[in-house]
Amino acid sequence: MNSIQPVILWTDALIFALLLAVLALVWLIRRQEHLLAPWRVVAQRPMAMGAALVLGAFVAIGLLDSLHYRAQLADSPADAPQYSVEVLSVFDALTSGLRSRQEKTYSAPLAMQLYAKEFVERDGATVRDYPRLQYGGAHLQHADERLPDITRRTLTGATQGGLASLLLFGLLAGWQARRTQLAVGAWLAAWRQGSLNWPGRTVVLMVALLLMLGGALAQLASGYHVFGTDKVGQDVLYISLKSIRTGLVIGTLTTLVTLPLAIGFGIAAGYFRGWVDDVIQYLYTVLNSIPGVLLIAAAVLIVQVYIESNPDIFDTAAARADIRLLALCLIMGVTSWTGLARLLRGESLKLRTLDYVEAARAFGVSNARIISRHIFPNLFHLVLIAIVLDFSGLVLAEAVLSYIGVGVDPAMYSWGNMINGARLELAREPVVWWQLGAAFAFMFTLVLAANLFADGVRDAFDPRLGGRR
Amino acid sequence: MKPLLAVRDLVTAIGGVRVVDGISFQVAAGETYALLGESGCGKSITALSLMRLLPDGGRVISGSVQLGEIDVMALPERDMRRVRGGQMAMIFQEPMLALNPVIKVGEQIGEALALHQNLSGQPARDAARGLLDAVGVPDAVRRLDTYPFELSGGLRQRVMIAMALAGRPQLLIADEPTTALDVTIQAQVLDVLRRLKAEQRMGMLLITHDLGVVAENADRVGVMYAGELVEEGARDAFFAAPQHPYSRMLFEALPRPGDGGRLVTIPGQVPRLDGPMRGCRFAPRCPHAVARCRAESPGWQVIDDQRVRCHLAGALPARSEREPTAHSVKQAAQPLLQVDGLKVHFPIRRGLIQRTVGHVRAVDGVSLDIRAGRTLALVGESGCGKTTVGKALLRLIEPTAGSIVLGGERMTAKNASTLRRQAQMVFQDPFSSLNPRMRVADILLEGMDALGVGAAGDRRGAVARLLHQVGLPDDAGGRYPHAFSGGQRQRIAIARALAVSPRLVICDEPTSALDVSVQAQILNLLKDLQDSLGLAYLFITHNLAVVDYLAHEVAVMYLGRIVEHGAAADVLRAPRHPYTQALVSAVPRIEAQTGSGIIRLAGDQPSPLNPPDGCHFNPRCPYASEVCRQTYPEQTGLGDGHWVCCHWVAGQTWGNSEMPA
Repeated sequence: MNSIQPVILWTDALIFALLLAVLALVWLIRRQEHLLAPWRVVAQRPMAMGAALVLGAFVAIGLLDSLHYRAQLADSPADAPQYSVEVLSVFDALTSGLRSRQEKTYSAPLAMQLYAKEFVERDGATVRDYPRLQYGGAHLQHADERLPDITRRTLTGATQGGLASLLLFGLLAGWQARRTQLAVGAWLAAWRQGSLNWPGRTVVLMVALLLMLGGALAQLASGYHVFGTDKVGQDVLYISLKSIRTGLVIGTLTTLVTLPLAIGFGIAAGYFRGWVDDVIQYLYTVLNSIPGVLLIAAAVLIVQVYIESNPDIFDTAAARADIRLLALCLIMGVTSWTGLARLLRGESLKLRTLDYVEAARAFGVSNARIISRHIFPNLFHLVLIAIVLDFSGLVLAEAVLSYIGVGVDPAMYSWGNMINGARLELAREPVVWWQLGAAFAFMFTLVLAANLFADGVRDAFDPRLGGRR
Repeated sequence: MKPLLAVRDLVTAIGGVRVVDGISFQVAAGETYALLGESGCGKSITALSLMRLLPDGGRVISGSVQLGEIDVMALPERDMRRVRGGQMAMIFQEPMLALNPVIKVGEQIGEALALHQNLSGQPARDAARGLLDAVGVPDAVRRLDTYPFELSGGLRQRVMIAMALAGRPQLLIADEPTTALDVTIQAQVLDVLRRLKAEQRMGMLLITHDLGVVAENADRVGVMYAGELVEEGARDAFFAAPQHPYSRMLFEALPRPGDGGRLVTIPGQVPRLDGPMRGCRFAPRCPHAVARCRAESPGWQVIDDQRVRCHLAGALPARSEREPTAHSVKQAAQPLLQVDGLKVHFPIRRGLIQRTVGHVRAVDGVSLDIRAGRTLALVGESGCGKTTVGKALLRLIEPTAGSIVLGGERMTAKNASTLRRQAQMVFQDPFSSLNPRMRVADILLEGMDALGVGAAGDRRGAVARLLHQVGLPDDAGGRYPHAFSGGQRQRIAIARALAVSPRLVICDEPTSALDVSVQAQILNLLKDLQDSLGLAYLFITHNLAVVDYLAHEVAVMYLGRIVEHGAAADVLRAPRHPYTQALVSAVPRIEAQTGSGIIRLAGDQPSPLNPPDGCHFNPRCPYASEVCRQTYPEQTGLGDGHWVCCHWVAGQTWGNSEMPA
């Protein structure tokens, strides 16, 4: 067994810092009844919980993909180990089959032949035909075995997933029944009627669906390229899964940059008014009137030049791509705080005139304390709604920016790059559609889940919808 | 005679809670039926059920509503639209919310005319003008082309009434039509309603919580409690001898002029309607309740002209007279607070470089003083600057000019924080004055922490003591404000002010957002605290009945200046300034009106941006003369610290005896 050298990229560090912050926040919320109450409402919405599960699956893949390492080279001496220049992640290790089974060039989803004709030796003669794939369907003897094999694998995978979910469900039922001190049968009846205080049916069915889908995909992927291969023969499913991390990083880290700016400037402008308000308003009016793409393109170019002139700082390709991703998050954060800041300014303007703020001022409470105890807690729901709503917008923005060439590093796996790569092949006859299709399907699922979840969060937190709970 | 409106066993539920639970009443043509009750008793939902305009999740479960020949509940929605506005119309409480702010008044009335009378063009305009004339809008032709925001509250409410009349309804439902208005404007609007009812023989369903409004306007009265009608009767009989214990306690909870006795409070709260109901709904709060009341819901019993749902109807003890208690007369020689020439002017900025083009003179030279242990009431209509005075005293708004001396020390921007320990404020709306995200204990601790009151270790004990002082349970400190009712929240707000042991408490309309029974609790509490702690109050209010109950002295404000000042009994019993006279006479009273009628003031309070020349009151004053239009009157002393600013009074006084101001 080769030893490994862990690598912590900048975005990895930030992602895990964010994870810790979220866990700390959860711990804090659990202890405060008024903070917990709206989350209970979210937890009671079937739609929001289903979406949260899908999001959870995406996040799990993204987190696994954020644990990076460099493997030791096989021929390096044990006392002075040499490490590979290729940075891998735990996710890569888990899906090493997908990564390593590289074909020559394009192949259609679940195909056993290449998508382009080549000269092949057959029965001693050289004919021009579609050659067999090196890995996809390599276990098959004849083309007519393909469909039964695919069906069998799908069913096997789904059954495995179904069995796993049944097992999980049994464990859940036992645990819940013990916790609520009911007979297992009684708990099952309550679950079936949907009379639990959480959307049990939706959650269980969603988990089962995800497991069955995962099982079928895993079974198929071991013998085929489920979403085909790209120009250089890489498995498109693998690229799509790797792109999840990029999307999540863009969606979350950008928000992390946005929040301090938006909250700080928004509250300061609304609470202090006067010249502070004027300065901040000028600032965001100016920022808003510069086309965002221009700013982003300029910033990305600067970072690119910096990386190239300092090759010794960034020793691997992954580190270079990573710093460019981080720069993209930063610049997108800097350009996108204005909307939320404006919203918070308006809310602070309203809150500062409320009687409890006046009462605090009558006690001579300092401004910092009024902001932290009276203003901020009362507009936190807006921040939360904005975070969840912005997330999907940012994921889509990344795709657009990569498509026009100012997004992430071209070597980085991202849905934007996939679309960009597929662009030219759309003109081909017959058309190469699976790259675009896969990127679309993954992005659509993530964004739809995020939006549905955001809907649930907004309904629970928005005081104007309070009566309909 | 067949009644115009007959409601039988109406049951309305909102989200499964029976908010209106089996009420029946009738309204005859030309009659005003008042539905009286505290907030949350279901009176507005009753009105909305009649119109079939219930909010989301609301549903009429059973019962019938017969309007003339029409069975309202059986109509399809298409025909119902013809009934709304055409057969019965509704006026809402908040005229600003009920009018569309971007459509001209004339067009909004025209819309109703087009719908119900098929009028358009010039005839519609003429009809709209006629309607505005009928509701007493001056200069009706010009008003047709104004937007709602250009009109004052009273005019807006009249436009609302004109719109309601556009369909020539047989029944007018008025849901708290004057609650958002000042007393002088309220008197005008109620006049209009009374006149219209008499002229057009409309039936009117008047929904209100104000006994005074009922006494002056209703022919018959129905009292609602927790979704049920508990008493019904003709106005005179009801006011002479209310039969239900709840009605009686409502009367006794009302501060009345001339007696300083403790107000009767109704213990407990209105029961939650989503739980199971057994027995009489008022039983848990009723001092006369017997075992039967808790077991069995009472049926209707008829006593002469009245109907009442009470097991003990007719057998209740006679109403007890309140014992008047003497005002505590602790006189301190030194005034605690001396305000001299206080001015608060807000600059109006226009244009690109924010040039100051004028000032709103919200407070324009107010002088007053309060001694320890005394209460000064600052009275006036909304917009007269009384709240601004209160906030300027605490430097929540920076005064433009004038001196404030508190406890012998001049208050400046520098020592404001040390003097803040001596003066605190209680706000009007207990729902916006407590931070919903802070526990009650933290709310109370905030002032102590900020001003460094007491040792940090003792403060927790101080919180417990404060909660006890304002009559809240000990465990209240750990809960959040939303767990408390309006009255309890106001107690928390009072406790917060008391936390730093101030000597002066500025109370800004502390009871105007509360129901009568809760108002009585808060007034009693304020009085007890004054007796035990020797607090001085600056009581800012528009409610003269409360002033009568609590205040030792009264200052009447009009457009940023004090126009009359004196002992409470003198000012309220024998007002001299024409404005005070109008204000006092406009308050709807539950006693039979004796002697002089109500003085109706024309028009509205002018804008403080551009006050009239001379005496500010001259455009509305019935006694205004040439001198009133030219110079602002000096103070005229009337003895005993009673003074007014009025040329007319000065003229009379100078005529009788020479009295230096």
